[in-house]
Amino acid sequence: MKYVDEFREAGVIRKAAEEIRRLADPERQYRFMEVCGGHTHAIYRFGLKDLLPSNIELIHGPGCPVCVLPMGRIDDAVSIARDPNVIFTAFGDMMRVPGRDGSPLEHKARGMDVRTVYSPADTLKLAQKNPDRHVLFFAIGFETTAPSTALTLMRAKSLGLRNFSVFCNHVTIIPAIRAILDSPDMRIDAFIGPGHVSTVIGCRPYEWIAKNERKPIVVSGFEPVDILQAIVMLLRQLKAGEPKVENQYTRVVPWEGNRSALKAMAEVFELRPYFEWRGMGFISQSALRIRSSYAQWNAEERFPVPGVRVTDPKAAQCGEVLKGALKPAQCKLFGKECTPEHPIGALMVSSEGSCAAYYNYEHRKTALTSIGASA
Amino acid sequence: MCLAIPARVIEEANGGEFSRALVEVMGLRRHIDTGLLQDDPPRTGDWVLVHVGFAMSKISEDQALEQLRTLSQLGEQEAALSEVQGYEDS
Ligand code: SF4
Repeated sequence: MKYVDEFREAGVIRKAAEEIRRLADPERQYRFMEVCGGHTHAIYRFGLKDLLPSNIELIHGPGCPVCVLPMGRIDDAVSIARDPNVIFTAFGDMMRVPGRDGSPLEHKARGMDVRTVYSPADTLKLAQKNPDRHVLFFAIGFETTAPSTALTLMRAKSLGLRNFSVFCNHVTIIPAIRAILDSPDMRIDAFIGPGHVSTVIGCRPYEWIAKNERKPIVVSGFEPVDILQAIVMLLRQLKAGEPKVENQYTRVVPWEGNRSALKAMAEVFELRPYFEWRGMGFISQSALRIRSSYAQWNAEERFPVPGVRVTDPKAAQCGEVLKGALKPAQCKLFGKECTPEHPIGALMVSSEGSCAAYYNYEHRKTALTSIGASA
Repeated sequence: MCLAIPARVIEEANGGEFSRALVEVMGLRRHIDTGLLQDDPPRTGDWVLVHVGFAMSKISEDQALEQLRTLSQLGEQEAALSEVQGYEDS
């Protein structure tokens, strides 16, 4: 089978799966949260669940930036872009996320100047090419992406670019983890730490999770072997009763993170006192806003922002799914009203959203499942 | 937005106010911003991980090849390529 051959490490995968079965205590339940949406995607794509014993449950965390953005933020930014002089720019993931009055793509169909960009740097070029228009960049993402926005703002400032601003929705991962640990209905035994956020923040910011909360956390890569190895490391920690921060993804994540990136973020951003997360409510100091020294490039300072708040449709259970209290298929709208083609909630839009990942992969028997079955 | 994409530096860009480099990703050449690696700027021949048009970290060739394999396992190679293709290159 060609697909199996692609996994040169099929033997290693099998070994890791065996090791997990050996380490897991059959008498207890394990609930591990993968914080990052990239992991959620990989877990479904490879059918990793089928390689795990049934008493290990993987809970999908809040690490899909598109999924946690409250709908009203889209309506707020769109209200700025109603001015025909404004060019609305955002990453492709954002384009199909519905606001109250439709997604950016639908607004484009109705005549708004909406453009997909692949890099924030390109928004500057767009502004330079269109000196008579205003270019608005809808910025979104965790610490992986925030430094790029920060540097873009620094560039805009040094260019003295006047027709450019950023509508900032950057969020930070640590307060979200804290909120999950503080939430009374969440019982998580350990965390699979985010891979690419950690290239920026490093591993130190997770130390309190091990030290104060006594929960193991292992920063992990995105291949099947990586994730299974991370689970092995978590089980070993739980067995030894010594929670700590470990780095499975050393090939990409330096323990100290990326200092220049952190410096750029500190130069441009400060913490918002609080920010709303879809499905999780307001979390204090969980998002970034643009400092007053960059106010000229801050869309929220430059334009009136209505501050729209939209509640999700009653039947949509994005919040519960986002917190891991419900599985995607348990939402009443799943696969019926809400599909990747016609998403109602953001979890169905991004490939990192657990509903889309579940929809796309769960019913497909993957090659890995057969590796697991023959193990 | 893709996972980080490994790229090889073809030419350190000098000149201009901002640090940039010409890189190659799976045969495709584009300029990227290297300003987030100011402490340790990448040189010609180095490998970097790219996210939304910015070099995020320097990696070894082996690590780069592993990361390429990760992308292909995740079925994200094409998405990565079209992302890089999307970078405005003027
Ligand atoms: S199926 Fe749709 S509405 Fe239901 S939780 Fe998922 S994204 Fe939200």
